[in-house]
Amino acid sequence: MATAKPPQPFLSRTWDYITETQIWRSIFRHGMPANNRNRVLVVMSNVFLHLHPVKIRKSGIRLKFTWCMGGLTFFLFLVETFTGLLLMFYYRPTVAYAYMDIIDLAEQVPLGIMREIHRWGAHAMVITVWLHMFRVFMTGSYKPPREFNWNVGVILLVLTLLLSFTGYLLPWDQLAIWAITVGSNMARATPVLGHEGPGSQLLALGDVKMVHAGSDARFALLGGRFVGEGALLRFYVLHCVGIPLVAGILMAVHFWRVRKDGGISGPL
Amino acid sequence: MGALNTLKDVVNFLTNPPIFITLMAVTFFLLIGRRAFWRPRIGLVVGVVAAIFVALSTLDPNFRLIVGKPDNIPIVAMLFLVGFFLFISMSQAYNNDERIARGEPPIEGSPKEAEKTWVWPDLVYTEMLCMVIGIIILVIWGIVFKAPIEEPANPSRTPNPSKAPWYFLGLQEMLVYFDPWLAGVVLPSLIIVGLMAIPYLDTNPKGNGYFTFRERRVEITLFLFGFVILWVLLVMLGTFLRGPNWNFFGPYEYWDLHKLLALNNVNLSEYVWVKMLHANISGMNMFVRELPGILLVLFYVGVLPGLLAHSRREVKLPGGARVNIGLRKYYEKMGPWRYSVFVMLVLAMFSLPIKMVLRWLFNLKYIIAMPEIFFNI
Ligand code: HEM
Repeated sequence: MATAKPPQPFLSRTWDYITETQIWRSIFRHGMPANNRNRVLVVMSNVFLHLHPVKIRKSGIRLKFTWCMGGLTFFLFLVETFTGLLLMFYYRPTVAYAYMDIIDLAEQVPLGIMREIHRWGAHAMVITVWLHMFRVFMTGSYKPPREFNWNVGVILLVLTLLLSFTGYLLPWDQLAIWAITVGSNMARATPVLGHEGPGSQLLALGDVKMVHAGSDARFALLGGRFVGEGALLRFYVLHCVGIPLVAGILMAVHFWRVRKDGGISGPL
Repeated sequence: MGALNTLKDVVNFLTNPPIFITLMAVTFFLLIGRRAFWRPRIGLVVGVVAAIFVALSTLDPNFRLIVGKPDNIPIVAMLFLVGFFLFISMSQAYNNDERIARGEPPIEGSPKEAEKTWVWPDLVYTEMLCMVIGIIILVIWGIVFKAPIEEPANPSRTPNPSKAPWYFLGLQEMLVYFDPWLAGVVLPSLIIVGLMAIPYLDTNPKGNGYFTFRERRVEITLFLFGFVILWVLLVMLGTFLRGPNWNFFGPYEYWDLHKLLALNNVNLSEYVWVKMLHANISGMNMFVRELPGILLVLFYVGVLPGLLAHSRREVKLPGGARVNIGLRKYYEKMGPWRYSVFVMLVLAMFSLPIKMVLRWLFNLKYIIAMPEIFFNI
């Protein structure tokens, strides 16, 4: 007499059924990562996880070592991309609409905390990227062979600040335009290229100045002599497309280099 | 009540930029080399005291007004985070130094830590946890604090004060001491260039991939001075302590639009020609007039690096760290190219504290003042 199999609980029967279907098996090519073979497979066959190696030094994943700051920065970048996309549904970058669209966003859109998350996420990202740099410095992780990746990092740091700076203008309120005015006024004083910068007088044809308020570095930044329609459009395009694109590509390079330089640094 | 007000006055007084920045910088140099200070226990005490200070201060309406602004909340958080991670990194660094002194590898190199482990689940789960905590914090933060929206943009009405976004307020604070071409363009560019140059200037092979202080004293002291004092601290100052007309206001002071401060800053050329030599500078050739300043700046960037490369003087800081004032050792180690870039960057960095001190002590406005060609230093 064959012993009857004990009845399986409902959940585990359902689970077995689902994981046997052709749909499931077409997506996940291997079982749960509970044994070493599957642990290798899950990291190698998943496009997101394959950013990681399969095995890693213990010291490299200790929170006290990395503070997870690079990871958090990347995570915040993703949060900003997602919430920013939602905000783009409601926001039109013109002087006539921009401010009202932001007001509407707060008053009309149900459960709207996207703008809040986007703004606080941006502040947080600036802080985490500083702290990440701080950590990398303190562990000496910029030393060979990681010099180049440190440099990629510095550019990412600048891009993070520029992302935040261009976004600051978009609500088109007093806070926004005056912060950008103060910030962009600096460009006026760029040596040689700003019309109030030292050396700008040198660029002149006879009496005709080549660097003036309508042609200097600040003008190029703002697309006008003051923070107006041109600046709003420029900042919008840079904020939503230009800088994220470059930053995204550089992040890919950054992660690739972390791997190629031997993973998270550790004593030799 | 009286005692409380006196206390507030004391804090308002101590946060005055000359006193505040000097105090912080001196404290920094005193403490950075002291092992006894960088222990988690002490960090906890410092953190708790700071938290109590902030919490009690919120009872003051003027403090609440500025610190409670939704956009300023992250800056308060940053203060605590930077302090927290300072302690975390320095205490690990000193622990490792002690291990190394005993002949053991740093903790990151101990057999247990050097072992490899599976990314799934060990790393993936940690990342997951970080993300979940991150989302929770952001959502709560988003519900509690509304994103600010002020009146519609009005180009004809300038708010007072007009502030750049908070992460640039360190640069805006530099405008007190330098003209825009330096504070807004040249020095920020040098910060970026300087950061990028770090891996190529630091030829010390030690301290790669683990926390340590002893093996990298000068590197860490220089970097932290730049990051904590000249960057983070100035951001705080610009955010919380600068009011209308970029005047200083203590944390408990009301932002009075009409606060008047006597501005009687004097250029170096006036000091030399008018006050010392009793000459009249109004019709003088610009380059003759500014000759003292030009010579001084040329000395700073042209002669000083050479003198330093030649000398091997060493001074002992009160904190115990030894600093070579003479840089002969570095010159020999780094070679002429690396040394020149390094020294120029360090001199650029210290130009800020130097200009600050000159302003505070002598009301010095410009070392070179050539407004005719927008060239003021
Ligand atoms: C958008 C900005 C950035 C992102 C998303 C990012 C992300 C990451 C991540 C995920 C890692 C893995 C280790 C860790 O989490 O600490 C890493 C490592 C690293 N990052 Fe970044 N990072 C950014 C900016 C920077 C900056 C500003 C610097 C330096 C100036 C930098 C330099 C490095 C270096 C040298 C490593 C290798 C560290 C090691 O091997 O221990 N990164 N980055």
